[in-house]
Amino acid sequence: MEQKLIVSPSPHIHSGDTIQKNMYAVLIALIPAFLVALYTFRLDALLITVLSVLFCVGFEYLIVRFIQKKEPTVLDGSAIITGVLLAFNVPSNLPVWILALGALFAIGVVKLSFGGLGNNIFNPAIAGRIFLLISFPAQMTTWPMPATAAAATDAVSSATVLGALKHSPEALPAIQEMFLGFEPGSMGEVSAAALLLGLIYLLWKKVITWHIPVTILATVALFTGILYLFDPIPLYDPLIHLFSGGLMLGAVFMATDYVTSPFTKKGMMIYGVGIGLITVAIRLWGAYPEGTSFAILLMNAFTPLINNYTKPKRFGEVVKHG
Amino acid sequence: MLKSFRIGGIHPKENKLSAGRAIQPIAVPAQVIIPLSQHIGAPCQPVVKKGDKVKVGTLIGKSVGFVSSQIHSSVSGTVLKIDKALDASGYKRDAVYIKVEEDEWEETIDRSESLVSESAFTPKEILEKIAAAGIVGMGGATFPTHVKLTPPPGTKAEVLIINAVECEPYLTSDHQLMMEKSDEILVGITLVMKALNVQRAIIGIENNKKDAVALFTQKAKAYPGIAVEALKMQYPQGGEKQLIDALIRRQVPSGALPISVGAVVQNVGTIFAIYEAVQKNKPLVERVVTVTGKEVQRPCNLRARIGIPLTTLIEAAGGLPESTGKVICGGPMMGKALASVDVPVTKGTSGILIVPSPEAKRKAMNDCIRCGKCVEVCPMGLNPTLLMTLTEYGVWDKAEKNAITDCIECGSCSYTCPANRPLLDYIRLGKGKVNGIIRARKN
Amino acid sequence: MSVILTAIATLGAIGAGSAGILYLVSQKFKIEEDPRIQDVLDTLPGANCGGCGFPGCAAFAATCVKAETLEGLNCPVGGQPTMDKVAFILGQTASKTAKKVAVVRCSGSCDERPRLNLYDGSSKCSIAAALYGGDTGCSFGCLGLGDCVEACTFDAIHINPATRLPEVVEDKCTACGACVKACPKDIIELRKQGPKSRRIYVSCVNKEKGGVARKACNVTCIGCGKCQQVCPFDAITIENNLAYIDDDKCRLCRKCVAVCPTHAIIELNFPPRKETPQSPKEEEATITA
Repeated sequence: MEQKLIVSPSPHIHSGDTIQKNMYAVLIALIPAFLVALYTFRLDALLITVLSVLFCVGFEYLIVRFIQKKEPTVLDGSAIITGVLLAFNVPSNLPVWILALGALFAIGVVKLSFGGLGNNIFNPAIAGRIFLLISFPAQMTTWPMPATAAAATDAVSSATVLGALKHSPEALPAIQEMFLGFEPGSMGEVSAAALLLGLIYLLWKKVITWHIPVTILATVALFTGILYLFDPIPLYDPLIHLFSGGLMLGAVFMATDYVTSPFTKKGMMIYGVGIGLITVAIRLWGAYPEGTSFAILLMNAFTPLINNYTKPKRFGEVVKHG
Repeated sequence: MLKSFRIGGIHPKENKLSAGRAIQPIAVPAQVIIPLSQHIGAPCQPVVKKGDKVKVGTLIGKSVGFVSSQIHSSVSGTVLKIDKALDASGYKRDAVYIKVEEDEWEETIDRSESLVSESAFTPKEILEKIAAAGIVGMGGATFPTHVKLTPPPGTKAEVLIINAVECEPYLTSDHQLMMEKSDEILVGITLVMKALNVQRAIIGIENNKKDAVALFTQKAKAYPGIAVEALKMQYPQGGEKQLIDALIRRQVPSGALPISVGAVVQNVGTIFAIYEAVQKNKPLVERVVTVTGKEVQRPCNLRARIGIPLTTLIEAAGGLPESTGKVICGGPMMGKALASVDVPVTKGTSGILIVPSPEAKRKAMNDCIRCGKCVEVCPMGLNPTLLMTLTEYGVWDKAEKNAITDCIECGSCSYTCPANRPLLDYIRLGKGKVNGIIRARKN
Repeated sequence: MSVILTAIATLGAIGAGSAGILYLVSQKFKIEEDPRIQDVLDTLPGANCGGCGFPGCAAFAATCVKAETLEGLNCPVGGQPTMDKVAFILGQTASKTAKKVAVVRCSGSCDERPRLNLYDGSSKCSIAAALYGGDTGCSFGCLGLGDCVEACTFDAIHINPATRLPEVVEDKCTACGACVKACPKDIIELRKQGPKSRRIYVSCVNKEKGGVARKACNVTCIGCGKCQQVCPFDAITIENNLAYIDDDKCRLCRKCVAVCPTHAIIELNFPPRKETPQSPKEEEATITA
């Protein structure tokens, strides 16, 4: 035979979906939040984001190439996402060396030491943020005033909404400002509106399903909402909780990380409810003003267990007859 | 809202290149090779020997055992030998080689084109005729039809479901057959309804064949009890269990047969063969085969005798293109890649798909990113990535507990996986192993 | 100072208390076990390969202790010395077993057996075998995808990249049989290692008629029967066009090797022949002519 035929088991066609496509879709979905960060924190935001991505991609390349001695696959996009998310999770005036440490921890320890993309137990960006928060609490909780307001006061640091909620509720910004993102905070977290835009894009592109973000947000709203009914003080206001802190960023981009979230719809919902409950519990009664990243980290640890106990709904189990 | 099955499913590109091409008969070459195993079950015992003269329709292989099916000569001529021949299974198996001379048919066969709609046969006679004609499921599974139409004791069929879905991309043989032989198919359905003693039949057609839906909706009015249902385009709509779920909202339990929910499913091509067997006395000696592919010169639907080499069919479609990388017997989702095109057409050959080489190679595989997309698309509600891992590590008891044997091998998981993981390769292997373990336990 | 003393005292008390609890619990839940099981287990290699037919060395040790005789019980990894030690512990005699070694019965390298198609599925023999006969004309031969390599826990079998065939490292092979079970084509066989590792075997499993088999592969057994005729010890049988040498009967005279027209019979570790009675090359020429 002049030409050798290729033989392989079925199926012989593929959807064309790739890891890269999914990762780059997430990056596109992050653009609105990035633009708001640029507007709010100006050049600092750009600098931190670019550096964070460079650190993450660079560390991944170096570690895979020279320590693990494998072919680096930095272009699959996952290191870029980790970089962007890490940047979004820190104040825009964070010293660069701290950022580099965070990136090294996220990529080197959390991701690659477990075997790289697909094998890590915890979301690298979340773990990196928490590592920094615990190691450098002062630098991590000193937020610059948004540039939009800075013209008037030129304040270097200010409390976030959640900080204010606990300690000085009279200093709260208006809800619409929180929704749009003109309050102090970590650079990617501030605008709920931009993050929701990203969510819509991800849902439209079928990169993620609604289960995780919606259950998280609904749990938070419901939990605080019930408390608000009994005692309508700002601390229990569900709207403030939804639009402040890292909740939106966490629910849309970090909790939905494929690798560290459950497979099944049922599992995703248990996971989402868990994150919502822990978030509110930490926010209301914990030592830290914000709890989303801790909640996600904790539920990441529960993911294998959830996977073990939630089986997909099997064919033939729905109805037996009629 | 169109009906569909309730769990999973994917939407591969249709690529029905040969749609609407009239069925062309194809000339018989000088020699045919008729495999003695063209069905699920025991291979046939040859009843001819070297030098015997045969006509079209002469019995050459007798079925042995309950699950087996007769095989007839598709040509007239002389038996050259009975020897091993490579077939689409990828292995060499016994086959009858026949040298073709003239085109003489058995006298009992009615070769006219006229429609015979009246039938005085009893259910038993219909079943006997189906068995004698060697009819098997022509959708690709090739399960002997007379066995399928004989419900086991204690069960009763309530509804006959006609599988006219043709959900595999590229294939159009069933579609074209429906457009050209609608009356024959409807008569065939009434015959099977009689054989099964059911009052109701539903024809399920995927909605990308609107002309067939319209034609059958209009013509079925004359046949009491036969309904036509357009189905959502979703793969694997033509899977037996999925089709039953879509049409009558009953789910066949794990490990059970469709009859357990009162349904019997027959492919539309099989129905046409039944019509010919019962009303025209014609055994299953030819079938419609789609020859298609993106670079194929003339994608077409051919009426080919069983035993003709695939090369002859490919020649009729303009020959094997330069760029050929892979030749698939069947559709792209469940068909079998061939190691050689020198294999004969068999009763289960629904199509020949020629894939250009850039598309034929698999992409490099990555680690599982646990996105859960395979879980989402699995029409049986399984966890493909878990089953693959369990097979890799040989954890058979867990694989069994996670219902690996429920897999229908539709390929939706491998199709979807963004990391290009060969999920079905492994699940198929594990399914075989677990089935073996279950059988060993029973004995 | 008192802080340090308090700390030492507290920790010491906790330590002592815990030790006491541990001691009591271990006494309470102690399981009486035949001490000989542990002794036998200590002599076994501890590879847990399952080559003996039991799930792991511990199960094998327990079976040995319980068994009346050691008849039929053999640790292929440790071989005769190990079994002798086990027999000594149990006060019995070990049955004599010949040391075996895995043998790959296919010589269809890339040169001898051309590839006719390209396999592009998962790199696993069992998956390829379920799909089709393989990428050569021979549907019996080695697929070269390394299920045997994966199955071997002793790193004793490797695929030679030049021939795409597995090769057994004799020193490491323990004849546990894992590769035999893993091979979907039943090519690997456990055969007697033989004196000075000298072995003769038919390196082919093709059951097709001679002509068909020969077309697919240069070094196939064509079932011609020459070896059977020449064998003085009735060690060779031919079934389904395939010769098989019984290693119980074979006396390693090498007559069959010389007459095989396709070089399908292989001799291993023999000293070079002093004079070849008839060059096998010529023989082949006469056969194929």
